[in-house]
Amino acid sequence: MKLREIRDILDAEVITGDANLDKEIKYVNAADLISDVLAYSTGPGALLITGIVHSQVIYAANTIELGAILFVRGKRPNEATLQLAIENHIPLLTTRYIMFETCGRLYQLGMRACIEKVKDDRGGK
Amino acid sequence: MTGAGNNIPFREMFHIEGGNFTNAGSISSQVKKILMRAGFSHGVIRRTSIATFEAEMNVICYANQGNLSLFITPDSLKIVVEDEGVGIPDVDLAMKEGYSTANEKIHELGFGAGMGLSNIKNNTDEMILTSKFGQGTHLEFVVSLEGKDRLVPLLSTKE
Amino acid sequence: MINKREGIPCMTLFDIVKSFGLKVKTGKDRLDEEVTGGYAGDLLSDVIAHSLKGNIWVTIQTHPNVVAVASMKELAGIILTGGREPDSDTLHKAEEEGIPILVSPLFTFELVGKLYQMGISGMGEC
Repeated sequence: MKLREIRDILDAEVITGDANLDKEIKYVNAADLISDVLAYSTGPGALLITGIVHSQVIYAANTIELGAILFVRGKRPNEATLQLAIENHIPLLTTRYIMFETCGRLYQLGMRACIEKVKDDRGGK
Repeated sequence: MTGAGNNIPFREMFHIEGGNFTNAGSISSQVKKILMRAGFSHGVIRRTSIATFEAEMNVICYANQGNLSLFITPDSLKIVVEDEGVGIPDVDLAMKEGYSTANEKIHELGFGAGMGLSNIKNNTDEMILTSKFGQGTHLEFVVSLEGKDRLVPLLSTKE
Repeated sequence: MINKREGIPCMTLFDIVKSFGLKVKTGKDRLDEEVTGGYAGDLLSDVIAHSLKGNIWVTIQTHPNVVAVASMKELAGIILTGGREPDSDTLHKAEEEGIPILVSPLFTFELVGKLYQMGISGMGEC
């Protein structure tokens, strides 16, 4: 799905002005903690849905080669985060929808996570 | 419940240890129990619990130590938190949603998202926040009592 | 509780447990709780600010403060994702407060997606 479609489905605002809205996003990860972002995002070019607005999220984005970041709950990045995102060419968007609704809508349209579930030895079925 | 007569407010004070995340939430839990035993309405208990929880977490996350006092009068519930620590250099900035000075540990526990003070403001009827940078912070907030809740402190002091 | 939009009953925790084969860690006697909607996230103050009474909370946080928050906001229950287990203090507190804690091996995005497809919304009312 293109970033443009994601923007439209979630009535999102594009914060970083020069974002390439034709960028293709294949996978999605939803996480509010940096450790979670790093642990489970494996595909480059993925979209991160998050409430983390501090600059650590951009360092994490670089580490795992995220395609874009979508802030939920109407959150906006702080100044340091925005500057880092611009320097690193990471598109930032924001939506007023909460994470649950955001994930639900994207899943409904066929988007999937980078990894689906933990292996069975960790409490899986 | 202590309090020799209707004019003397009920008061209970709790000590909060900065950086102690193991017992985090225990003070607000005790406050909630006091309010439940006293028989306050559901809404008043919920609002006070939320604000107390956020206030307690702020001391744990950002201060060396603090004292939290609960005052109950016929008109209101009041919480006063006095802490020792670095304090807040810019209170207006601190009140902005999303503003945070949290470190990594705090973030990883799910705190430090910069919503605590606004949660307090949104759940209380009055809020005062002052700070001496380098010394500490003083926070007080009030939940006003209406209707049947106003009778609760009177009934309790008749024990 | 009847869905205000469509006149059908709200889903319960039991429906969710059954559909996804979730492990029930606490609150076996509270599975008839009606679920008014969903809330996902791990930032506790955000949950306090935005979640609604009766919501099912999807999170990875396993420490006891999740119980305090769920209790404060009268949430229907907590689902831990990624196969995470609540720590022992959390279990103890959840039992005391009567908060159901369920576990799913799925990660947050997938679980929320499936809950959404079941009809649980993130827009407020069920």
